Amino acid sequence: MDTQKIDDKLLMQFFETMVTIRLFEEECRRQADLGKLRGMHSSIGQEAVPVGICGHLKEGDYILGTHRSHHHCIAKGVDINEMMAELLGKSTGTNRGKGGTMHIADIDKGMLGANGVVGSNIPVATGAALSAKMRGTDNVSVVFFGDGATGQGVLYESMNLASIWKLPVIFVCENNRYAEATPFEYAIAGGNVSNRAAGFDMPGIQVDGQSVIEMFQKSTPAIEKARNGDGPTLIEALTYRYQGHFGGENPQSYRTKEEEEHYKSKDCIKQIRNYLIEEEVCGQDDLVRVEKDASAKVEQSVKFADDSSFPEDKALYEDVYISNS
Amino acid sequence: MAQATDQRALTYAQAVNEALRQTMESDNKVFVMGEDIAGGAGREDQGKSDAWGGVFRLTKGLIGDFGPDRVRDTPISEAGFLGAGVGAAATGMRPVVDLMFSGFFGVCADQIVNNAAKMRYMFGGKITLPLTIMTSTGAGTASAAQHSETLYSLFAHFPGLTCVAPSDPYTAKGLFISAIRSDDPVIIFNHKLLMGRTAKSADIGEGEGFGVVVPEEMYEVPIGKAHIDREGTDITLVGISYTTLVCRDAARELESQGYSVEVIDLLSVSPLDSETILNSVKKTRGIVIVDEDYPRCSVASDISALVAEEAFDYLDAPPVRITSPHTPVPYSLPLEMLYLPSKEKVVEAALGILE
Repeated sequence: MDTQKIDDKLLMQFFETMVTIRLFEEECRRQADLGKLRGMHSSIGQEAVPVGICGHLKEGDYILGTHRSHHHCIAKGVDINEMMAELLGKSTGTNRGKGGTMHIADIDKGMLGANGVVGSNIPVATGAALSAKMRGTDNVSVVFFGDGATGQGVLYESMNLASIWKLPVIFVCENNRYAEATPFEYAIAGGNVSNRAAGFDMPGIQVDGQSVIEMFQKSTPAIEKARNGDGPTLIEALTYRYQGHFGGENPQSYRTKEEEEHYKSKDCIKQIRNYLIEEEVCGQDDLVRVEKDASAKVEQSVKFADDSSFPEDKALYEDVYISNS
Repeated sequence: MAQATDQRALTYAQAVNEALRQTMESDNKVFVMGEDIAGGAGREDQGKSDAWGGVFRLTKGLIGDFGPDRVRDTPISEAGFLGAGVGAAATGMRPVVDLMFSGFFGVCADQIVNNAAKMRYMFGGKITLPLTIMTSTGAGTASAAQHSETLYSLFAHFPGLTCVAPSDPYTAKGLFISAIRSDDPVIIFNHKLLMGRTAKSADIGEGEGFGVVVPEEMYEVPIGKAHIDREGTDITLVGISYTTLVCRDAARELESQGYSVEVIDLLSVSPLDSETILNSVKKTRGIVIVDEDYPRCSVASDISALVAEEAFDYLDAPPVRITSPHTPVPYSLPLEMLYLPSKEKVVEAALGILE
């Protein structure tokens, strides 16, 4: 943890963002139980992965996500009012209510979209990196994907392209140990994702995805390498999905309660909380205040969504093409 | 006896499950593979195998009876395992491959349309591909643009592929058995809103469909044959998969207004049962085709063209298509409801022809 000093302000920001994600996801679950939110894939447990990486990102950088992307969006600064409105199908949503949980996008914020097809965003991220390079910027493109996506050939096509063209893309495998209900040790030959980088002549590292500090620190070289025009890196972040694959699904049909407890004991928010207190970055009161503020913001997001209207009928036909109105 | 009948009122998913089980029992070349068709793979020692039995529970329990060799969970590698299905079929096995959502065809289209569809023809008839692909279709579940499509038209476009779309538990079991026994590649499209239903809860009335009971013995529903779901003389409604239920609803409404309505349950999208459609139209002189797939270059368009070309002189009015609009599937509830073909739209279209 002493490899790179992280300033206190950034540490506090990590905590705030992770707490916001957690509370947002819990609220989503409540909204789903009320029948207002029509299904989602919860990111609870995985907050540290995007928060750590996005700590390096600046304006003009891109991220791309998966079917489970609320944490990516919030980490990149997407407005939670608009996210909640989207999840409730309202016209004020990030996607005007037309995409929902699996397709949240905010192009202005550099969030080029969640995606419902496993692995589908990986080449798109590679293309965004190609564009950043061709336009002469030092911007980078970060693509998050699950361990399940390592089964898709397009990952390896993209890694090869990015490597031969030295593209500023960071491939972040969020290994939460399950592709839906299939354990990664069954589905991934050799049981390791980061090793696969070797075949594509790029660095591959394995990181504790439950530690936001390690996520941030260990991704520093990858971001620098990309910004300097020296090509891609593969990061395997070891993490854990606390809930089922989708809302309402019971994960104990394929894993044990003991396993769940084991990973929950290493909870990423608990860890940063303890660190902030132990290192005297702040006091308990400060943390409680951050939590209260985050809770109020999440509450406000529901109010914003509730107060918004559903799209008008004509929205069904809009945006199929630019010129179809 | 009544109890026995009730017990055989299987859900669509149970009927498919029974078809798979029976074909696997009767032919050891039949095996199933796909993502989470069991679930919890590799954790048999923890008592965690068969966690899901498929996302729609179509394969629930099969791994217990046939083992992981014949009920094979795959990584998320559609191109890989669809292609492996082609290769296994070409060399003596009879695979049933699950493509979880039809929208995922994009990942593995090459294997389906360039290999499965064409190999027999390209190789001068010297190869046989007894491959069955099952996939899910349909909007109405808030799954948005990539998980809600109804893409049978796209596959019907390709010579060499057979496409069937059951409408209830009876036709599901029969078509699965026919598909698996077929020596051609067959794709079965299961609508998401049907799989949890029994024929009763799919609201099959007296004289409609094949009744509520799914026979226990193995039987086939012939591929390439549409079914006259209910007979009538004033107008023909054509349903495909879930829209057959929409047609039935519309037919009841129209009958309450004094019209005699014929409903055709298409069942086979390719090959198309032109004869049943044309004979019906020649009798009723009007047709509404109800299809959830995109309207352009679709099965609905195909049927409309068929009727216009082959039965023009019999028609009192042009054929009408009630389909989804030419848009992706939206997420927001009111838009999704607007997207779907509905009873109201079908009744309105039919009355436009009848009045």
